[in-house]
Amino acid sequence: MAPRVAIVGAGPAGAFTAAALLRARGDVQIDLIERLPTPWGLLRGGVAPDHQEIKRLDDTFERQTLQRGCRFLGNVEVGTDLSHGDLMRHYTAVIYATGAQTDKSLGIPGEDLPGSRPATEFVAWYNGHPDYRDRTFDLSVKRAVVIGNGNVAADVTRVLTRDPDALAQTDIADHALAALRDSRIEEVVVLGRRGPAQAAFTSAELRELGNLDGVDLLVEPFELDPVSQQWLHEEGTFTARKNVQLLREFATRGPRGGGRRIVLRVLRSPVAIRGDGRVAAIDIQRNEIVRSDDGAIRARAADDAVETIECGLVLRSVGYRAVPLPDVPFDERAYVLPNDRGRVLGADGEPVPGVYTVGWIKRGPTGILGTNKRDAQETVRCLVEDLSVLPPAPDEGGIDARLPAGVVTVDGWRAIDAHERERGHAAGRPRIKLASRDELLGLAAS
Amino acid sequence: MTYVITGSCIKDDSCVEVCPVDCIHPKPGASDFETAEQLYIDPEVCIDCDACVEACPVDAIYPDFDVPEKFEYALDLNAEFFAQTGSTVERTAA
Repeated sequence: MAPRVAIVGAGPAGAFTAAALLRARGDVQIDLIERLPTPWGLLRGGVAPDHQEIKRLDDTFERQTLQRGCRFLGNVEVGTDLSHGDLMRHYTAVIYATGAQTDKSLGIPGEDLPGSRPATEFVAWYNGHPDYRDRTFDLSVKRAVVIGNGNVAADVTRVLTRDPDALAQTDIADHALAALRDSRIEEVVVLGRRGPAQAAFTSAELRELGNLDGVDLLVEPFELDPVSQQWLHEEGTFTARKNVQLLREFATRGPRGGGRRIVLRVLRSPVAIRGDGRVAAIDIQRNEIVRSDDGAIRARAADDAVETIECGLVLRSVGYRAVPLPDVPFDERAYVLPNDRGRVLGADGEPVPGVYTVGWIKRGPTGILGTNKRDAQETVRCLVEDLSVLPPAPDEGGIDARLPAGVVTVDGWRAIDAHERERGHAAGRPRIKLASRDELLGLAAS
Repeated sequence: MTYVITGSCIKDDSCVEVCPVDCIHPKPGASDFETAEQLYIDPEVCIDCDACVEACPVDAIYPDFDVPEKFEYALDLNAEFFAQTGSTVERTAA
C-alpha cells in the first residue's frame, strides 16, 4: 500500500513540501491539513495585495500539488479537531509546517494600550483572514507609527499611505478598503532601531516606498558612523549598499508634493507608549551603532534624551515566534521544533520516527518565499530516505472516519476560488475575497 | 538584448535550474545566496533564450525592451550586481 503522509499547514512551506515529495515519490498519498478553509497560508493572507505578481505563485502550488492528487483538508485544526496521536495512528509520516504564528512584543510600557497592535493583525485584516475581519483599526487619527524595518513594516506603511484607488484594483479585503478610503492618516513614521546600513528592508521595498504616487518619503540627511562605514565597506551586502545609496537620494531630494508623508527615522527605539485609555504618543530614544566584542554590529542607546511623537496608532513589527504544538517536542529557547535537517528530535536527541518539520517552525522566521523550496527539499530527502524503513501506521487510511464535519476538501476550495475570481473579474480585480468563515464554509458546502 | 529579473523575485531558483548558460546568480550554495534579496541575470552572458521567463512562477522576469515602468531600475540593478560582486565568469571559476 502507498504510504500516507500528512502535512500540517498548507502555507508555502507545506505546499513546496507536497510538491517536492510528489516529485520524489509519485506513489505517496499526501493530505495537506489546514486550519483555515483556504490553502496557501501567507501567500493569501500575508503577501501584500499590491504585490499581486507574487500571489501568482498559487497557480504553481495548485498545479504541483492539488492537481497531482494531493488532498486538501481545510478547516481542520490539529490540536483541536485531531491530535498528534490521531495523525500518528493514520499516517506513516507527519510533517509540521505550521509557521510562526505569534508576534514578538516590544517589552515597553503602554504596549497593550488600545491603538497599539501587532502589524501582522493589520496585515491579516486587510488580507481578509477570517479570524481578523472584525478587528478595527482607528484610522481617524492623523499620525501612525510603524515600529520595525522589515518587509511587514514596509507593507503596512504602503497600505496606510497609498491611494485607495490603487488598492481597489487588488484583492484587498473589502472591509479594509472601505476603512482605508475613510482614513484621515496624514503621516506614517517608521522607526528603525539600527542605522541606514543595517535597515532590514530589501532595496526593492525601500525604492517602492520612495516612489508611491502622491506620497512623500522623508529621510533625515545622515552621515554614516565609522563602524557602519567600515562594515559596509568590508562585509556589506549588495542590498545594504543599495539601501544606503537610496536613503541618501531620498534624504537630498525635495518634496514631491504628496498628500501623505512617510517619515523614516533610523537609529530610534521606542521606550514607552503613552495615552489615557488609548494611544496618544510614543516616546523614542536615539541609538548608536557599536561593534560588540564578538564582532557583531548592534544598536545601543546613545543618550537619555527622550523625544515624544504624538500618534493615534502604533503597529509593531519586530519579529515572529512559533508556538508549541501539543504532544510534539518544542525548543523553548529557539522557538522551533528541534530537528536535524527536518527530522524532529525527541528529548534524547534522537529522531522521533515518522515526525518531520519544514518552514518557519523548522528554521525560525527567516528567508523569503523561495527559501521554503530548498528547505522543503531538505526535509523531503530525509523523509524519502526513511520511507523504506518506516512501518505503516496502525490504522493507515483510517483518517477519513475521524475528520470533523465541515472539512473543506479540494472541491470546496475550488468552489471558493472560482467564486472569488468571478466576483473579482466582474469588478476588474484579481479576486474579491470572502472574508468570513461562515461565507467561506457556506460556499465550500454548496 | 538581455532578460532582467525584477523585485518580484521570490528566489525559488526555478530560473537557475533551467538557464542553459548559468548566467543567473547568486546560485544556491554561493556565499552571497542567502543574503541576496533577489536573483540577477548577467547581461553579458544571457543568450535571450526565454527559458527563465517560462520557469518563473511569479512572472518576475522581462526582456529588457519590455520592463514595466515601476521596474525600470532593474536593468541597471542586474548589471550592477555583477559589476560589484563578480561576473559570471569569476563566479564560475571560484
